[in-house]
Amino acid sequence: MFAYIVRRLALMLVTLFGISIIIFVLLRVVPGNIVDILFDAAGFVDPTDKANLEKELGLDLPIYQQYLSWIGGLLHGDLGYSYVSEKPALQEILPRIPITAKLAGLALLFSTSIGIPLGVLSAVHQGSRLDYTLRVVSLSGLSLPSFWLGLLVLMAAVSLFGHMPIYNPNPATWIEAFAIYAVPAMAVGFRSAALTMRITRSSMLEILRQDFIRTARAKGASEASVNYRHALKNAILPVITVIGIEAAFLIGGLIVTETVFNIPGVARFLVEALRWRDYPIVQNLVMLIAVVVVVTNFTVDMLYAAIDPRIRYGD
Amino acid sequence: MRSVHALAAAALLLLPAYDLASAGEPKQGGILRMYHRDSPGSASIHEGATYSINIPFMPVFNNLVMFKQDVPQNSVESIVPDLAESWAWSGDNKKLTFKLRQGVKWHDGKPFTSADVKCTFDMLMGKSQQKFRQNPRKSWYDQVSEVTVNGDYEASFALKRPQPALLSLLASGYTPVYPCHVSPAEMRTKPIGTGPFKFVEFKANESIKLTKNPDYWKKGLPHLDGIEFTIIPNRSTAILGFVSNKFDMTFPTEVSIPLLKEVKSQAPNAVCVVEPINVSTNIIVNSSSPPFDSLDIRRALALALDRQAFIQIMFEGQADVGGTMLPAPGGLWAMPKEMLESIPGYGPDVNANREEARKLMQKAGYGPDKRLAVKISTRNIPIYRDPAVILIDQLKSIYIDGELDVVDTAQWFPKVARKDYSLGLNLTGNAVDDPDQSFYENYSCGSERNYTNYCNKEIEKLFDQQSAETDKEKRKKLVWEIDKKLQEDVARPIIFHGRAGTCWHPYVKGVTVMVNSSYNGYRYEDVWMDK
Repeated sequence: MFAYIVRRLALMLVTLFGISIIIFVLLRVVPGNIVDILFDAAGFVDPTDKANLEKELGLDLPIYQQYLSWIGGLLHGDLGYSYVSEKPALQEILPRIPITAKLAGLALLFSTSIGIPLGVLSAVHQGSRLDYTLRVVSLSGLSLPSFWLGLLVLMAAVSLFGHMPIYNPNPATWIEAFAIYAVPAMAVGFRSAALTMRITRSSMLEILRQDFIRTARAKGASEASVNYRHALKNAILPVITVIGIEAAFLIGGLIVTETVFNIPGVARFLVEALRWRDYPIVQNLVMLIAVVVVVTNFTVDMLYAAIDPRIRYGD
Repeated sequence: MRSVHALAAAALLLLPAYDLASAGEPKQGGILRMYHRDSPGSASIHEGATYSINIPFMPVFNNLVMFKQDVPQNSVESIVPDLAESWAWSGDNKKLTFKLRQGVKWHDGKPFTSADVKCTFDMLMGKSQQKFRQNPRKSWYDQVSEVTVNGDYEASFALKRPQPALLSLLASGYTPVYPCHVSPAEMRTKPIGTGPFKFVEFKANESIKLTKNPDYWKKGLPHLDGIEFTIIPNRSTAILGFVSNKFDMTFPTEVSIPLLKEVKSQAPNAVCVVEPINVSTNIIVNSSSPPFDSLDIRRALALALDRQAFIQIMFEGQADVGGTMLPAPGGLWAMPKEMLESIPGYGPDVNANREEARKLMQKAGYGPDKRLAVKISTRNIPIYRDPAVILIDQLKSIYIDGELDVVDTAQWFPKVARKDYSLGLNLTGNAVDDPDQSFYENYSCGSERNYTNYCNKEIEKLFDQQSAETDKEKRKKLVWEIDKKLQEDVARPIIFHGRAGTCWHPYVKGVTVMVNSSYNGYRYEDVWMDK
């Protein structure tokens, strides 16, 4: 087990190194840089000013030197400076992490706390009206784009309550504080909840038909015990896999949701930084997201062994 | 015709008086909450070329002179003293001297003097040690040979030749006076001015906050305690925020005509105005390579335009047809209607115009069996893309098959500068409704913003002639002549001049939306809230 963990950690480092190269090169392959964007606003390109600015930002250096400078800084905790705000990249990124973390955490909580129980219910009552209703809801969850759902929620809030739950850094009441995260979390988590529900349902249906479930019932176990202690415990592995993937996929959903609900989180900041070709911000944010995804995958793999004692990682 | 224009101008001048009279005595206090359409690249007005910077940061500064903020139409007559108490032209009109206000302090407590004026304009002219990272309006000062000071409270602009328009350029929201003792880099992140509001913070993609300057040199102003801009790039969210009272005012001139209906239906009490923004949508033609090196094809192109169709589709009829200069009654320098309609392509009979265009195309070797295929390049932004699609449709009628070539914003101007296009659809904004700004920037030989490289030495002489003309009526006639010639030469066919809406809740008072520029009316020192 220990050797496996060491091997996985080493693999994580190699993956992150590969990602750092890919993002660094890709950013520079995309036409235009911050200087072009700045001059775009001015409506013309002054070659002398452009050259001076590229020199000032170090964009005139060979690409390998730029990479070494960034990665060297990163290893020492120096993330460089934002080209746009001219503030340290760390200072720009750090305050946004808790905002996105709260939103993502709530969205995941919503998707699991809704998706798993409803998936179990749907499977247990297969073929019933409840099952059909839940399947329609889950299908709509998978079909509705989160930006559209978000706008719909905002419009409904304005027309019903005359209030809009968009981000406010200083909420007046705890209800508002909860609403500014909970509403967008539900909008973005709806899709994940639907997916989790469908996976839970199909996995449960497979387990519920197995012999050990019949044995449990023959032993006189209650329905709740059969469904949750025996069936769900065995059906949960694919659900965990999906939740792990969804946690990574959530970043994409958050970009849209943070824009619609005007939440100043990491995801929206990344899009803006890309628009400005703010390399230090984009590179560091992509690395941060990569670390989150890689660590999530690792955690999910470790959870398999914890949940199902039959799984053992060989040395 | 002139009397109609005069009447319209008089009506425009009377508007603010009516507004103030009906509003009552201004109340002090309150934070004006507004959304901002995007996160500006910096806080330095001099280094930007978008009103995304002017709107939040103009209240931080003062100019030497400014356009009176409660008069909607910017003109020489509406220029009032600001940091300068008075100004005077020399007898030969080659020297403009400003007497400066005494006792004015920068927001950091240091005194404002003539040295700050010299510093600012030396930097704008590229003559100082310190440099702006970008200097997009350097050409505004091409006729200024030097700025001199006489003591702490007098500054003079020496000109190479008379240029009456200089005063208007100095009154623009783009021309604040910067402090000598603060570096350009600091001005990009923490601007220091002498204006009615002090800079508090600018969180990229989040918010911009300004607070009242209690030591403002205009006693009793500003009325507001502060202004807060929440950055909301998503238009739908922003509008919902306005109708649900999260914001007191929309971002100025950012509400499109279809959205305006939405606002009025959801917030019927909101005060909304639709005004020209002095931004023209035009076609840039690469005349240096085939097929548009042929004047016949360029003329056919101009004749094919059905301008009213563009206006109807995009603005539900609320936009204007004109030449280079903004159409009347908002614009001061527009050609009379009959003169405009005498230009090929501007006549009301679109079918006849297109018939003539087809003949020109056939003369150039094209016809129903041999159609001309071209790419129509434009920026990948709706306000560029939408008219480009309509243009493609209209050109079909003269045997031109256009293909839309959308270009990423970062690549648009480099592509245009490389002349890597045949036809392009472009937007041109004018910060000041004055021919000097428009003609020299967009049509002068060698100008950086003359994307088509149009160069006509004869017209160039007329540019200088009108620029030096001190008699306004004579200058106006020269301007008309130039504008007509530019359209006939198909230098950069103007399709339409857009309009846009601004809304605020009825308790917001003292807001004036300028009718011939969207860059100069954001000092907000007169704005107050009746609540």
